[in-house]
Amino acid sequence: MSSKLVHAVYDDDDTLLHAVKDVKKADYHIEEVFTPFPVHGLDHAMGLASTRLAITAFMYGILGFAVAITMINYIMIVDWPQNIGGKPSFSFMENLPAFVPVIFEMTVFFAAHLMVITFYLRSRLWPFKKAENPMPETTDDKFLMQVALSGDEKKLISLLKKSGAIDVSIHENQDA
Amino acid sequence: MYTFTQRLKIITYVLMGLGLIGLTIGFLSAPSTVAEAQAMVADAHGGHGGGHGDEHATDHSDAEAHAAMIHSTYDDDHGHADDHAGDHAKDSTHADDHGDAHGEHLLHQLQNKPWAALYVAAFFFFMIALGTLAFYAIQRAAQAGWPILLYRVMEGITAYLVPGSIIIYVFLVLTGLHANHLFVWMDAETVAHDEIIQGKVGYLNVPFFLLRAAIYLIGWNLYRYLSRRFSLAQDNALVGDIRNHKLNFRISAGFLVFFFVTESMMSWDWIMSLDPHWFSTLFGWYVLASMLVTAVTVIALITIYLKSKGYLPKVNHSHLHDLAKFMFGFSVFWTYLWFSQFMLIWYSNIPEEVTYFLTRIDDYNLPFFGMIAMNFLFPLLILMSSDYKRSNWIIVMAGIVIVLGHYIDIYNMIMPATVGDQWFIGWAEIGGFLFFAGLFMFVVFRAISKAPLEAGGDPYVGESERFVY
Repeated sequence: MSSKLVHAVYDDDDTLLHAVKDVKKADYHIEEVFTPFPVHGLDHAMGLASTRLAITAFMYGILGFAVAITMINYIMIVDWPQNIGGKPSFSFMENLPAFVPVIFEMTVFFAAHLMVITFYLRSRLWPFKKAENPMPETTDDKFLMQVALSGDEKKLISLLKKSGAIDVSIHENQDA
Repeated sequence: MYTFTQRLKIITYVLMGLGLIGLTIGFLSAPSTVAEAQAMVADAHGGHGGGHGDEHATDHSDAEAHAAMIHSTYDDDHGHADDHAGDHAKDSTHADDHGDAHGEHLLHQLQNKPWAALYVAAFFFFMIALGTLAFYAIQRAAQAGWPILLYRVMEGITAYLVPGSIIIYVFLVLTGLHANHLFVWMDAETVAHDEIIQGKVGYLNVPFFLLRAAIYLIGWNLYRYLSRRFSLAQDNALVGDIRNHKLNFRISAGFLVFFFVTESMMSWDWIMSLDPHWFSTLFGWYVLASMLVTAVTVIALITIYLKSKGYLPKVNHSHLHDLAKFMFGFSVFWTYLWFSQFMLIWYSNIPEEVTYFLTRIDDYNLPFFGMIAMNFLFPLLILMSSDYKRSNWIIVMAGIVIVLGHYIDIYNMIMPATVGDQWFIGWAEIGGFLFFAGLFMFVVFRAISKAPLEAGGDPYVGESERFVY
């Protein structure tokens, strides 16, 4: 990891997206990009691997589905069968339509909550964590690209300026 | 410009020809007397041998599964106390018990069969055009940027609205003139003995029924005519002149209001009134969901076909991805409505409501549950992944299953009320499907060949070209 980072600030998402493509093309390593909102196509332009969160969501959904079936079967059939609306109370299959809403809700509940928790863990976010954001304006209306400094410093800076950056500055890399 | 190739034309002629042959055989083989009808049923059972008997036997053990449902009610509708399934197992002994009433009922069912098969296929292909029209109007009214490159495909599909409407209307007029007995409430004899239908005569009478149908069809065709005209005029407009685009936006918004009211009423009139005792308040939505999912699927299939022939070069994976998302979403939406309708009726178990599902579960077990697998489980699992939504052959495969699944859905809506347990997929059903498929393809591809495939004058066309998911 290089010891110095170049911070380039942009004020438009379209300019940023083109700048990211230019910088990638010139073979520089982009450490991170900070944006106030999700920019469409940015992950693709940065060359990030596609997310595996969708796969976990599917597995969590299946987990919720299984938990719901086990739960409702235990509650309504095994432990305390009840006669509701004259429906046969000793068979899971014959009562299935009545359980579908519960199974559906549990599937969604598990998929959604566990996916968000996974996302937090994977992004190393937890309550009271100090923000890692190098520039608070990126939560408002500015976009920041962090590029690892390697090779000719002036060439990189001129490339970034040409790509539409409104401000370019060099910082020590805290993590290095 | 797309050219409608000779080869494809011949395919559509062959489909129409085969369809006509099938329909003719279907109509000719319908019985004309009670004795013939009874002979046909006896033959069919002899021919099937054990197979049919077994089926009914399992039906009966299944009956315990439906113990929750009030069983005797479903026969009240037919006016005889015995169980249909049971009847046919002991065909010889029961003929005397029932006498002519049952024989005549059977005759009407078998006479209805080719008509009902024709009606299912005519409505199914008509509904694809109508659903596409609604989908198109939604995109217009929402000023959506992504589908501009697909507008000409959609306009091609909606071209079938004109012949489809004429066929449906002629069919409904013939039905009103008692050419068939699909709608029991049209039969004065039945109404005279039926207090429930008597209470609905103010709405369910032939002149008003035909008047309503005329209003719906004229309204929908008028919008289709105007929007197509404005869309073509926009192509030739000067740069910066978007008057036609704005006009299209306005009439689309107006049309959607008209459409959502009339579509609901259409589904009550043309489908729900086949079971005049039964009603479901979300039926209009349910039919709409079927319509939209089939329409989007057909748009995707035709787009992929045209792309495979080298047309539509600017349509990219993102456009197909969006169509596949709609296929997935509307499939789930359809299931949501199907289940909402089913569960409430199953749970409340009110005799006049639950009879609708009892006839379907007892007599239509395979198509009824088979369609859930085709319209829900299959698209849900196969179209869930983002990558799969971009793969042509997966969209085509899922699309074919969805289209056939929704044909069965319409079949399940229309057949139980018209032919009862006397259903099977025979000459008339396959013939009807092939004939209308051929006609649909002929009209659609001819309309697509009549205009440039790219709506170049649309102010959003650039947005559609750059569209990236």
